[in-house]
Amino acid sequence: MKHNVWVYIFICMALVTYLIRILPLTLIRREIRNRFIRSFLYYVPYVTLAVMTFPAILDATQSPVSAVLALIAAIAAAFFGGSLFTVALTGCLTVFVTELVTDFLIG
Amino acid sequence: MATERRKQFFKGLKDGFPIFLGYFAVSLTLGIHLHEYGLTPLQGTLASLTNHTSAGELIGFQTIASDSGYWVLILAEIVANARYLLMSFALSQKIDPKTPLWQRLLMGHGVTDEIFSISVSVPGKLDPFYTYGAITAALPGWTGGTLVGAILGNVLPVRFVSALSVGLYGMFIAAFIPPAKKDRVMAGLIAVCFALSWVFNKLPIFDGLDGGLKIIILTVVIASAAAILFPRKEASDGEA
Repeated sequence: MKHNVWVYIFICMALVTYLIRILPLTLIRREIRNRFIRSFLYYVPYVTLAVMTFPAILDATQSPVSAVLALIAAIAAAFFGGSLFTVALTGCLTVFVTELVTDFLIG
Repeated sequence: MATERRKQFFKGLKDGFPIFLGYFAVSLTLGIHLHEYGLTPLQGTLASLTNHTSAGELIGFQTIASDSGYWVLILAEIVANARYLLMSFALSQKIDPKTPLWQRLLMGHGVTDEIFSISVSVPGKLDPFYTYGAITAALPGWTGGTLVGAILGNVLPVRFVSALSVGLYGMFIAAFIPPAKKDRVMAGLIAVCFALSWVFNKLPIFDGLDGGLKIIILTVVIASAAAILFPRKEASDGEA
């Protein structure tokens, strides 16, 4: 390799990533009053997280069936007030049990 | 003040535990494939410690394996991580405006999808110590998973890894469902996000777009439309 792996990892990857992470946090030091920007920033987190969840979750497990069931179970757990840990665990257990059962049925 | 900080730190640590498990599972798979990119366990582990991100590291390793130029990798990282710019922007409004620089710099390393997700879900203003607690749980999971994956390789049961991987999405769901339950606009918005995201990821005409870029485009378009159509009355928390 003609390039240095450590330059790749520490400069091109780590430093660039860190700069992206800290620029707004350090440069924007007061509350923004503009109503559009405030509303936009209010929606951003939820939109990003929803977009990242679906349809990516369908490819996260061994089968789309266990993923769909986990999605439904986790949404139900969150809807009925489950904590972060409960919701995450509900998803994991649903996948585990579903894949155990489907593997058993299919053989 | 000191006890409040400690309280917030341990709350973040506790909420960060599922992130620890999820990160461990995901970075385990990253570590397992490390040798395919020509990287040693040490290189991969240090990359995880300093980068703390899945998409950025995957793109990085692929670029390193193809021996592309440094600037190519820099551009790839900007695209893969640009969503952190939006998250950092949102966090700048979630913390006290008087938060000192060193705290902002420390928090910065915790701008990941999952830590962001739990940090913005805190009611009212965010205490940086909550985020430090979450980082203390998450970063060892991410770094350790890479190391264990690189060393153990494929000996871990697939079913175990498969179940843990879904935990990360569980955390996202736990963040966006409660506001959707309280507010019909949010509920509709989440449904729109799912639908558009599905279209964007399944229609072949969008295949050329990088995954990180898709997330940014969808976020900016949907959140802008929502801000225009449904501006927040007296914008979120703590506004006088």
